[in-house]
Amino acid sequence: MEAHHLTALIVEDDKVIRTVHGRMLNNIAIKNQAVENGQEAVDIHCSGQSFDLILMDRDMPIMNGIEATKKLRSMGIRSTIIGVSTRSEEIHINEYMEAGLDGYLEKPLNIEKLNSIVQKINQHSE
Amino acid sequence: MTMDVTQLQRRLRDHEATLFQQGYLDDDQFSQLQKLQDDSSPDFVIEVVTMFFDDSENLLKSMARAMEMVPVDFKQLDAHVHQYKGSSASIGAIRVKNVCATFKDFCDAKNLDGCVRCLQQLQHEYSQVKTHLQYLFRLQQEIKAAGGSMHAH
Repeated sequence: MEAHHLTALIVEDDKVIRTVHGRMLNNIAIKNQAVENGQEAVDIHCSGQSFDLILMDRDMPIMNGIEATKKLRSMGIRSTIIGVSTRSEEIHINEYMEAGLDGYLEKPLNIEKLNSIVQKINQHSE
Repeated sequence: MTMDVTQLQRRLRDHEATLFQQGYLDDDQFSQLQKLQDDSSPDFVIEVVTMFFDDSENLLKSMARAMEMVPVDFKQLDAHVHQYKGSSASIGAIRVKNVCATFKDFCDAKNLDGCVRCLQQLQHEYSQVKTHLQYLFRLQQEIKAAGGSMHAH
């Protein structure tokens, strides 16, 4: 079904969450890397790397997920960017989606949520 | 008194059930962590939970520091509480996460008394879940040492 193994970038300031999400992605055979804030996410793309999927935490120091998403889109990055947060209020979700997200997931993530994203990505690439 | 593997396994199951029933741990989320543990990563749950303990201690100290500032740095405090809400949710520490949600409301309202009470509650809930999880891990180690499997039902 999958043409190739997908790659992902985890953008998340909390170490516990980086570790859990990283392991979940490994579990569904998605090679992944992690950075700690939006600026590092931008920098890693500037260095020439690209990813099929970006899991972008919203609230981070230095550069938050909204700013980073806007910046990546303005750089022409067309990867699937999924916003991740514990915030559930519609106003916050809408504000985040308008930055250029392809979707939004409420924390905590689990393997089922990640699999649904992977299915979407694979469908679009068919 | 030595306990055989079957008794230890029963004790482990009972203790896990209590943690879920009393709301210390979210069954679904904690099971997600357990599913991620395998031969290639046999100590994954202990490693992540230990990371959570370290995270907790740092964040609780940072919250206390933010509240000692004059004037109180509610923005910084909110950032720490928000981070703790996320990390506690990721390991299924539901009671901790719920106190964080209330704490955030007091931060938004700049209600220092409310924040002080929440920090105390948070310290209490963290201490409780830490004790329970450490006991859980001790039982698992004892079962392993006795040659048993943690997953026999």
